[in-house]
Amino acid sequence: MKNVIEVKNLKTVFGNRIIHNGLNLSIKEGEIYGLLGPSGCGKTTLLREMVMLECYAEGEINVLEYSLNNINRDDAQNLRQKWGVLFQAGALFSSLNLYENVALPLQEYTKLSDSMIDEIVRFKINLVGLKPNDAFLYPSQISGGMKKKAALARSLAMDPKLLFLDEPTSGLDPVSAREFDKLILNLRSFLDLTIVMVSHDLRSIYDTLDRVAIIDNKKIAYEGSLENIHLQKSEFIQTFFGSSYE
Amino acid sequence: MKKSSLNIITKDGVTFLEFSNKVTLYEIANYEKRLETTTITSKKVQISLNNVTYLDTAGALFLQTIKRELSLKDIEVSFEVQKEEFQKMLQLVKQEKASFSQTKKDSFLVQTGELFYNYYIGFISFLSFIGKLFATKLHYLKSWKNIRYKEIAFEINENGVKAFYIVALTSFLIGLVVAYQSAYQLKMYGANIFVVDMLSISMFRELAPLMTAIVIAGRSGSAFTAQIGAMKITEELDAMKTMGFDPYIFLVMPRIIALMIVLPILIFFADMMGVLGGIFVANLDLKITPQLFIERLNEVVAAKHFLVGLLKGPFFAFLIASIGIYRGLMVKDDTQSIGLNTTKSVVESIFAVIICDAIFSIMFTNLGI
Repeated sequence: MKNVIEVKNLKTVFGNRIIHNGLNLSIKEGEIYGLLGPSGCGKTTLLREMVMLECYAEGEINVLEYSLNNINRDDAQNLRQKWGVLFQAGALFSSLNLYENVALPLQEYTKLSDSMIDEIVRFKINLVGLKPNDAFLYPSQISGGMKKKAALARSLAMDPKLLFLDEPTSGLDPVSAREFDKLILNLRSFLDLTIVMVSHDLRSIYDTLDRVAIIDNKKIAYEGSLENIHLQKSEFIQTFFGSSYE
Repeated sequence: MKKSSLNIITKDGVTFLEFSNKVTLYEIANYEKRLETTTITSKKVQISLNNVTYLDTAGALFLQTIKRELSLKDIEVSFEVQKEEFQKMLQLVKQEKASFSQTKKDSFLVQTGELFYNYYIGFISFLSFIGKLFATKLHYLKSWKNIRYKEIAFEINENGVKAFYIVALTSFLIGLVVAYQSAYQLKMYGANIFVVDMLSISMFRELAPLMTAIVIAGRSGSAFTAQIGAMKITEELDAMKTMGFDPYIFLVMPRIIALMIVLPILIFFADMMGVLGGIFVANLDLKITPQLFIERLNEVVAAKHFLVGLLKGPFFAFLIASIGIYRGLMVKDDTQSIGLNTTKSVVESIFAVIICDAIFSIMFTNLGI
């Protein structure tokens, strides 16, 4: 399978703090890939670098065969339509209701008729498990879990092949979190998605991820499947996975 | 209930500090006072906790502090503790005392350097904002379809139409006051009719544009900062960027264009309302009929005065909108920063408007307009 994302020798510097140094990883098509690590290790920063929100100092990131190092405006614009991003708190546009939030990318980027857009929006809202009646509520009127679902519907609006999730289950109660995990697994099988996520939730990590990258000490401490992870010697891995979750 | 107390007994050269009942957050203040007022003369102190029923971490810390302070005075201190949990508590607070490495304060020179460096960086980042703005404008020229007419119309309504009443009222009152004050002076010389020249020229050239700009800076500049700042905190701006919606096209340009369209129109209304205020006072106070006022206005006030005022509008609007939006984009991930940036936005845009007005004033005078 080909690589959807490749990160080579990445170096990130904030002021005089080095966040990543010589970081390498590759994400294959169709997998659910997790970025894990102790807090402050730069997981979210790495995710933000992949979606062109943050600049890196050295190295290279390739996303869907575009090199982010010297991408031009039009390519960047094309690339942005091929992925969906779910932010930690949803980041729904507060001036629009849920329906308009999901419809916005379709209205902007496609020449679809209003009735077709309506169909797509209703389908996507249904797909993530929101009730049709919720569609006309504003982001300030709904709960955190609903916000995440709505934001997921918005990030799926353009049928992306690549989905970035920043702590999808944080701030959700255990029941909703498990529901969300199931939703993500279902979506992957329905829509043939590649999913990259940052997570802290052990249950969610074991239930959903195919492969993980553990960032520790500015580098990748481990990349691979979860099966053999407890054999690794990294201190973080030992404390996070070692005391065995069964 | 037993009262918590501290007994200080000196016997055979040893001072006993006998605590009883509770040693907690609420009692230690009393104990501290007790200890301050008594002087310990002996070389040995024994702290007894045998009668204590409850000890919390604050209490334990207090006891350890007594020990440390007395040790400094070469007094030997020992604990007499029977309960195991109290011993553990005393050990715990001893261990957990994290040592904060105090950051040394920078010297005056370093602080000054840092301050000016930050000003410099702030200036550079404002320039980069303006640069990005013009780059986006060029993108507009490539295709008219890129212009967000709907957003512009929305902003015109928000910042122009809804501001009409406050701008009208302000300039009416300004016209009224200026006419009233000058009427008093002019009456002394019997030069009543000159109130028309005085009021309309000052109103058209300076007062109406400036007052409108200040009202709009307070109203729209602060709103822009708060709106965009809040969007930044909730990651809405990031979400827009990842979806390929350039915030400069969707949020920045519509606001700037809308304000540049609407401010000259508001200035026009301000001119009219100011003159109306003048007519009102002239009629009541100076016995100049409205017809006479209008006639005189037509005779003496050249159209250039009026046009100069309107011309300032788009420039003021650009300054107010761009500073407001720039400050919004500077908001960091905390709520404090919204307040700070909103304040800065209003202060800076009013200041910029006045500077710009001064430059115009000098320019027009030298050009003989």
